[in-house]
Amino acid sequence: MAKGAKLRKEKQSVAVSGESLAQQSSSQNRRWTRGFIIAVVLIYVINKFYIPVAPMQVKVAFNTWLSLTSMGEIMVFILMALGLNIVVGYAGLLDLGYVAFWALGGYVAGWLMSGFFDQVTFKFGGNPAKGLPHGIHLNVFLVLIAGGIFTAIWGVIIGAPTLRLKSDYLALVTLGFGEIIPQFMVNGENIGGFNMTNGSKGINPVDNIKIFGFEFGPFALADKFLLYAALAGMMIFLSLRLRDGRLGRAWLAIREDELAASMMGVPLMRTKLASYAVGATAGGVGGVAFATLIGGVYAERFNFQISIIILSMVVLGGMGNVWGVMLGATLLAWINNTGLVQIGKIFNAATGMNVDFPSFNFLIFGVLLVLMMLFRREGFIPEARVRLIMHEDEFADVSNVTDQIKLEGHHHHESH
Amino acid sequence: MASTTASAPRASVNVGKLLTRVSMLMLGIVVVYWLGRNLISSPAQFFTVGITGLSNGALYALIALGYTLVYGIIELINFAHGDLFMLGAVFSYFFLTKFLAAEGGSARNYGLLALTLVIAMAFCATINVVIERLAYRRLRDAPKLAPLITAVGMSFILQFIGLKWNGSAPRNFTTILPNTSFEFQGVVVPYTALIVVSLTIPLLVILVTLVNKTRQGRAMRATAQDKDAARLMGIDVNKTISFTFALGGAMAGAAGLMFAQSYGTVAYNLGFQLGLIAFTSAVLGGVGNLNGAVLGGFLIGLIQGFNDGLPFGPGQKWSQTMVFTILILLMVYRPAGLLGKATTEKV
Repeated sequence: MAKGAKLRKEKQSVAVSGESLAQQSSSQNRRWTRGFIIAVVLIYVINKFYIPVAPMQVKVAFNTWLSLTSMGEIMVFILMALGLNIVVGYAGLLDLGYVAFWALGGYVAGWLMSGFFDQVTFKFGGNPAKGLPHGIHLNVFLVLIAGGIFTAIWGVIIGAPTLRLKSDYLALVTLGFGEIIPQFMVNGENIGGFNMTNGSKGINPVDNIKIFGFEFGPFALADKFLLYAALAGMMIFLSLRLRDGRLGRAWLAIREDELAASMMGVPLMRTKLASYAVGATAGGVGGVAFATLIGGVYAERFNFQISIIILSMVVLGGMGNVWGVMLGATLLAWINNTGLVQIGKIFNAATGMNVDFPSFNFLIFGVLLVLMMLFRREGFIPEARVRLIMHEDEFADVSNVTDQIKLEGHHHHESH
Repeated sequence: MASTTASAPRASVNVGKLLTRVSMLMLGIVVVYWLGRNLISSPAQFFTVGITGLSNGALYALIALGYTLVYGIIELINFAHGDLFMLGAVFSYFFLTKFLAAEGGSARNYGLLALTLVIAMAFCATINVVIERLAYRRLRDAPKLAPLITAVGMSFILQFIGLKWNGSAPRNFTTILPNTSFEFQGVVVPYTALIVVSLTIPLLVILVTLVNKTRQGRAMRATAQDKDAARLMGIDVNKTISFTFALGGAMAGAAGLMFAQSYGTVAYNLGFQLGLIAFTSAVLGGVGNLNGAVLGGFLIGLIQGFNDGLPFGPGQKWSQTMVFTILILLMVYRPAGLLGKATTEKV
C-alpha cells in the first residue's frame, strides 16, 4: 500500500512538475558524465603509468580482477547495451536477436581489415600484418563507420517488414534473425563456391589498429581501452541527446501508448525503424570494436546467450535510463568475463571443491531476469516515467483510481 | 498535382503487393518442381525421407500444442516450453534407462516404457504449473514486456537445471524401441517412426476431445475468450489456467520421452532449437488453434525431412535457417497462420 502511495505521488510530480524534473535530470546527467570520464581517465592512467612500475602483487591483482581486456570488453558491452536500450528501453520493442548486429559488425571488420579476401590487394590507411600484404586493409575509423552503416541498413531490412507486428511476435522474428545470421556465418564458407565467412574457423587475425602512425599492438591494451571508452562515451552522449530530441520523445510516446502516439501524429513505422537503425548501428560498431579487441571473428561466439546477456544489462540497470544501463552493462560484463571465473577459483581453493562457476551464468542471468520482472520491473536505477508504466497494473484497481482522483483534486485546489 | 501525389502511394503499395505475390508464386513453382522431380526420379527415397519427416512432425506437433494452448489462454509466448520438453527427455533418460535400467526391447521394458510415459507427463505438467504459479500468474496484468522477459529467464533457468542434471555433453544410450527398420518396396520405414506416430495420434485425439467436449475444456475456451466474463459465470480462472499449463506440460513430457527413445540421445540444449521449430509449427497452423498446431507440426516435419534428405536441396546444414525463414515469412505475411482466425477461435 505504501508503495502504491509513493508511486501515485511520483505520478503527480511527473505530471505536474515536468519542468523541474528535466532540470533535475540534467544536473544528474552532468554528475554521471563527470563520473564516467573520471573513471575512464583513472583506469587509463593507472594502467599506462602505474602498473608497469607497480610491485608484483599489485600487478597480479589488477590482472586478475580488473584486467584491461575485461575493461575494454566492458566498454564494448556498454556501447551495445546502450544500442539495445534504444530499441527496448526507449521504443519499447523487444529485440531478442541483437547478437545478429554484433555478428554483422564483426564480419565487416573481418572483411575490411584483414587478409581474408586474399584475391584482392587493397590498402587504404590500413595496417596489414607483416608478410600478409593481400586482402582489404582499411583504416579502423573507416571500418567503424562502414560497420555502423552496414548494420543500420540491415536493421532497416530486418525492421521494415517486421515492425508492424505485435510485441511478442516481433520478439520471435528478431530471435529468428538472431539465429539465421550467425548460422549463415557458420555455413558461409561455400556460398555458390565462394568462401564468404570462412565458416566456423572464423576470420583471424584482424589487423592491429593504427591511428595517426601509432600502432596498437596486441599488448597496447590501455590505448585500445581508451578508444573503446571513447566509442562508449559517444554512445552515451548520443543516447542522452536523442532522448530529449523530437525523435526520442516520439520513441517514448510509442513505448507508452502506440495508439495515442499515432493519434498525436507520430509516424509509427518511421519512428520504430529509426530506433531499430540506431540500435543496429551501435551493435555494428560494437562488433567492429570487439573484433579488434580479440583480434578475430568467430562465428560460434555469436549465440542466443549473448542476446540475452545484453538484454539483462538493459533490464538490470533500468530500461530507458542511460546511466542504469551503463552500470548494468559494467556489472554483468565483468561478472561474465572475470567475476565468475575468479570468484570460482577462490571458492574452490577455499573449500577444496571443484565447482564449475562459469556454468552458473545460465542460472544467474535466468534468475536475474525473472526476479527483476517480478519485483523490480523498472530496474535498479529507474526513470520515474518507466516506473510508472511498469506498474500501471497496480493503478488499474478501482480503489486506487478513486484515491488518485481525490489526490489530484486536492492538488489542483492547492495550485490555484 | 494533388491527384498525382494522392495516387502515388497507392500505386506503390499495389506494386509491392504484386511483387510479393509474384515472388511467392515463383518460389512455390520452384518448390513444387523440385518435389515433383524427386518424386519421379526416386520415389523410394522421397517416401523414406517423408516418413522420417512425419515422425519428427509428430513430436513437433506435441510440443507445438503446449505453445498454442498457453498462447490461446493468456496470450503469452512461453519461451520456456522448449526447455520443458528437454527436461522431459532428460528425466525419461534418467528414470527409464538409469533408475529402472531398462535397455533393449523386452516385454518388461515395454511395460516400464508405458509407466515412464505417464510419469514423464506428470513430471513436466507439474513443472509447468509451478512456473505459472510462481512467475506468470503475478504478471498477468503487467505490461507485455514483463511476462515475455520472465519467460526467457525461465528458459535459462530450466536450461541450467538440464545442464547440471545431464552434464554439458550429450548422453547416448540404448533405447527400448528398436532402432531397426523394414523395407516396403524400397521405402525404408523405421519402427520408431511407426511407434511415435501411433502413440502421438491417440494423445492428440484425447487432448482435442478434452478441450472440445468436456466441462473443463469449455471452461478453458471461455477463459480464453474473456477472463472477466468467465469469472462472472463461476469459472475458477486461476485453476483453469493452471490446468491448461498442466496439459501443455504433459504433452511436452510425452514428446521428451519419445524423442529420447527414438534418437537414443539427450542433451541440455535440445530445447532451444526444437522449441523454436515447434513454435514455428504452432504459428504455421495458426497460434491458438489446436488443429492448426498439429497440422503445422506435421508440415514443418515434412519440410525439414525433404530439405535434409532430398538431393539438390539446401541440405541439412541449412535446415534450421529454412525453418526460421519460414517463421519470419509467416509472421510477416500471414501471422494468422493456415487455419488461424485467431481472434474468434482461440484454443
